[in-house]
Amino acid sequence: MIDLLWLVPTIPVIGFLILTFSCGKLPEIPAGIIGAGSIGLSFLFAILAGVDFMSMSEAGIHSYSQTLWTWISVGSFEAGFTLYLDGVSLVMMFIITGIGFLIHVYATGYMHDDPSFARFFAYMNLFVAAMLILVLADNLLLLFMGWEGVGLCSYLLIGFWFKDPYNGYCARKAFVVTRVGDASMALGLFLLFASLGTLNIQELMVLAEEEWVVGSGIAIAVTLLLLGGAVGKSAQLPLQTWLPDAMAGPTPISALIHAATMVTAGVYLIARTHVLYELAPSVQYLVGVIGMITLIMAGFTALVQNDIKKVLAFSTVSQIGYMFLALGVGAYSSAIFHLMTHAFFKALLFLTAGSIILAMHHEQDIFKMGGLRKDLPWSHALFLIGTIALVAIFPTAGYWSKEEILASALTNEHGGYLLWLGGVAGAFMTGLYSFRLYFLVFFGKKTHDGHEVMGLHLQGPLVALAILSLIGGFIHIPVEEVFHAHAEEHHVSLFYQAIMIGLPLLGVLCAYLIFIKQKLDVEKLAGSGFGAKMHRFFFTQWGMDWLYDRVFVFPYVGLAKLNKKDFIDSIYNGTASFTRYLHSVVIETQTGQIRWYTMTMALGVLLVISIGVFA
Amino acid sequence: MILVWLMLILFAGGIGAWLSESRGVGVPRVIALVAVLLDLALVIFMLLAPESIGLTPVASEQGEWLVLFQADWIPRFGISFIFGADGFSLLLIALTVFLGLISLGSAWHEIKERSGFFYFNLLWTLAGVIGVFTALDLFLFFFFWEVMLIPMYFIIAIWGHENKEYAAMKFFIFTQVSGLLMLLSILMLVFLNYEATEVITFSYFDLLDNNLSGVLGMLLMLGFFIAFATKLPVVPIHNWLPDAHSQAPTAGSVILAGILLKTGAYGLIRFTVPLFPEPSMAFAPIAMTLGVVSILYTAKVAFAQNDLKRLIAYTSVSHMGFVVLGVYAWNAQALQGAVMTMLAHGFSAAALFMLAGGLQHRIHTRDMDKMGGFWGVAPKMSFMALFFTVAAVGMPGLGNFVGEFLVLLGSFQVSITTTAFAALGLVVAAVYSLIVIQKVFHGENKNNYQFDDLTFIEMACFALMMVGLLWMGLYPQSMLDMAEPTLRSLGVAFP
Repeated sequence: MIDLLWLVPTIPVIGFLILTFSCGKLPEIPAGIIGAGSIGLSFLFAILAGVDFMSMSEAGIHSYSQTLWTWISVGSFEAGFTLYLDGVSLVMMFIITGIGFLIHVYATGYMHDDPSFARFFAYMNLFVAAMLILVLADNLLLLFMGWEGVGLCSYLLIGFWFKDPYNGYCARKAFVVTRVGDASMALGLFLLFASLGTLNIQELMVLAEEEWVVGSGIAIAVTLLLLGGAVGKSAQLPLQTWLPDAMAGPTPISALIHAATMVTAGVYLIARTHVLYELAPSVQYLVGVIGMITLIMAGFTALVQNDIKKVLAFSTVSQIGYMFLALGVGAYSSAIFHLMTHAFFKALLFLTAGSIILAMHHEQDIFKMGGLRKDLPWSHALFLIGTIALVAIFPTAGYWSKEEILASALTNEHGGYLLWLGGVAGAFMTGLYSFRLYFLVFFGKKTHDGHEVMGLHLQGPLVALAILSLIGGFIHIPVEEVFHAHAEEHHVSLFYQAIMIGLPLLGVLCAYLIFIKQKLDVEKLAGSGFGAKMHRFFFTQWGMDWLYDRVFVFPYVGLAKLNKKDFIDSIYNGTASFTRYLHSVVIETQTGQIRWYTMTMALGVLLVISIGVFA
Repeated sequence: MILVWLMLILFAGGIGAWLSESRGVGVPRVIALVAVLLDLALVIFMLLAPESIGLTPVASEQGEWLVLFQADWIPRFGISFIFGADGFSLLLIALTVFLGLISLGSAWHEIKERSGFFYFNLLWTLAGVIGVFTALDLFLFFFFWEVMLIPMYFIIAIWGHENKEYAAMKFFIFTQVSGLLMLLSILMLVFLNYEATEVITFSYFDLLDNNLSGVLGMLLMLGFFIAFATKLPVVPIHNWLPDAHSQAPTAGSVILAGILLKTGAYGLIRFTVPLFPEPSMAFAPIAMTLGVVSILYTAKVAFAQNDLKRLIAYTSVSHMGFVVLGVYAWNAQALQGAVMTMLAHGFSAAALFMLAGGLQHRIHTRDMDKMGGFWGVAPKMSFMALFFTVAAVGMPGLGNFVGEFLVLLGSFQVSITTTAFAALGLVVAAVYSLIVIQKVFHGENKNNYQFDDLTFIEMACFALMMVGLLWMGLYPQSMLDMAEPTLRSLGVAFP
């Protein structure tokens, strides 16, 4: 059945086409069945392909590729519509179709009664198709197609409720900021082709190892350019500013695109091209450092947000920071593992947050919630499961993956200790901000009533995700063959083990003391001069939006407005005016008076004679 | 002979349309439609089954010509009728006839006054363009260069909008002055060739053998370059275009953006560089810089516009910057990219102008500050706008991406700095494109405009262009294969 692999991305495309060309006339139920069903079917074919692949794998064949047609072939440049399946793309394919299916089912409930129901599922299906192309591409150009495609769908879905100009602003910001990264990635592709003469990923890896020297300029340049694309898509420093604004989209979008799949594309890209990064150790270390700084920074910012979705958004940025950290220390399989567990619990958290938002009639401010554990027992239980997995409490899924990452950092000889310190500090932060959110929403004084919206299509996917968040850490991902040298076990001493288990709990304890026991008056702290400044600083993502506005946005818009009339045009219009002016001057001489004509003639003759005489 | 027929049908159809003007609006447009459909049928045969209409490709050292027609015109001065079509010209002829059909569709309900004369001008412009894409005698080429200009001038000056006289005159002067420079270059080239070989000839093939270099070669090359760069256009000689496009009636904008600009690019590839290889090589860094300046500068000007058609017009200049970059990088990928950009932009720009024209026809304004929320009023139109905007942004899977990607891939091998700046074009394209969607189709319908969604004819036109862009984006190889022999014969290496 593996030869039906092409159906996996094709079925969502068909779903997209049907939903689009029904021109909004399709009623909700068939639209929902097509929208969610296409992803379900795609998941089914993914499983069939996966079963075949595993048996192939046992027979010693670890990759499968399927060429559909030649896309572009010019001279020595060739890129085809070729799908490539190995352990990593298999895991990604399962996450995208599996989690994608659950989120689609949930969305049929969440988007109930929306006038643009079919349009929503059309975009969602297109997104899944693009994401599948991204992970199944055998060459970087096809990967780039999926890469841009998911960006487009992200734009369309963030701005899905387009009547509000703010949503449109957020959507455009997301698209443009990631496009900066995309441009960098495109340059990386050009450089790779100019240097190695192909864009086929597997060939590139082999050629690069043969032809490049470790630490050479070309390796550094290529990896930096690709890293530019990765930090854009995965919302890492310095291009992370778009993700919090992306929360303007409907909540299932935040779960699917901005938590489980698209934002992890950068991690996938680096893992996929890890051979290049090993040829540029300084850039690889930079990846880890970027991850570490981002995870701490986003942790601080998450701590002061008051919008439930924004807390989760910054926590996503922070968790992807862990994945980057893992890539930086060469723990690729841990990065992919954490990508998977994060997809479980973050999708759960977002979707539960969606249920809470529905129950609170589209209220997202956590300070207007509080004491909801009685009103919303389902959401409470599910959110708690998601939160403990996020905090990485033993033995949830989040624990296993995060522990692997931190252990790899600790045993890495090249500056891993620093990254480890950052990582455990982040683990403490995670405990603090996650339980701050949990306590503020579900404990404390009740201010508003909530009414749980029930339904199999709402709670069903949530329960499935909750189970995965609890036991997903025991899933074995078949990626050893892709990252062969890096599958060894990390043994760390009991002392470090205790720190890694203990710090998140300490964070939880602090959250408990502050937000339940009120041992520390947060409002007084945030109200004091220094505290207010810090609060403001963290709240605005360390002022980066402010800086970018002033360095890039305002000058560009200002200059554009200033030159709206295109100053070059004034040169031509000036020439025209000057000619007209000369014309009017010459007209003046045509007076109709004989004496004026005689005089000018006489003067002219005189002039000509004098030129003749003196020249 | 079939190429001559292509033009004769259009010339005759134009005269027929004009003569039938007194019979009301309906008759001229049907005559025009029949003429264009006949041409389209011929072109389809040429593309798909050349043998069935008696065409056999001729491969010579001057390239692979599907059709090559020669006859004397003014033998005393070495002027003759030489028409030829190879893969490259055939692609552009197909684009011309196809967009001719689209422009008829956009004029169908819009042009009510003096429709006979309108269709006369429309068909004669198309015929002139086909002449430009096939003439291989420089005198003949120049003749057609002028033939396509004058009817276009009338289209803008008579059926244009509020500032039409100004725009038409500007268009005329820019084209005429730059055309004059080309004429001087042509005459000088022929004269120099006569001095060297004692033969007076305007034949493209004979003149290819000149070995001009130095200052003289550079000056003659510049004569050609300026004429074509004005048409394309390239900053800083682009200023006729925003006025002409925004003032022209919809069909006029479609033809201007879709086809006429491409004659400039065609001229650069077919004439400027092959006739003057050495001076062009020396000039290439400047031309590539101009291309990048065009991309970035006009993208920024476009972003600030509130006149919808003017905005799209500036984006056209920006996209044509990629063509200049590709042509002067002069390697296989870059040139194929330039060809793909020409074709894909022909579709996407034509569609966007048709949308803008359709909107203006409905709500009588082009001011985007007055628009908003049209998705609620006209969802089909909005979807089409989104599709073609996304195409213009360079989304992979649609034609424009293939063109721009190949241009950048090729130019990167020539100049990394220039390409790095050009890649910024990907970012700024997103900035100006998405603002259109936001201002026109998203947001609130502040002025409460109500109007009809797309008509059947409009839907048909957009659907055709949509399929075209998808085809170019997903299976560009069919077109790349057609252009390859031409580019090889022009001396491009395909390693």
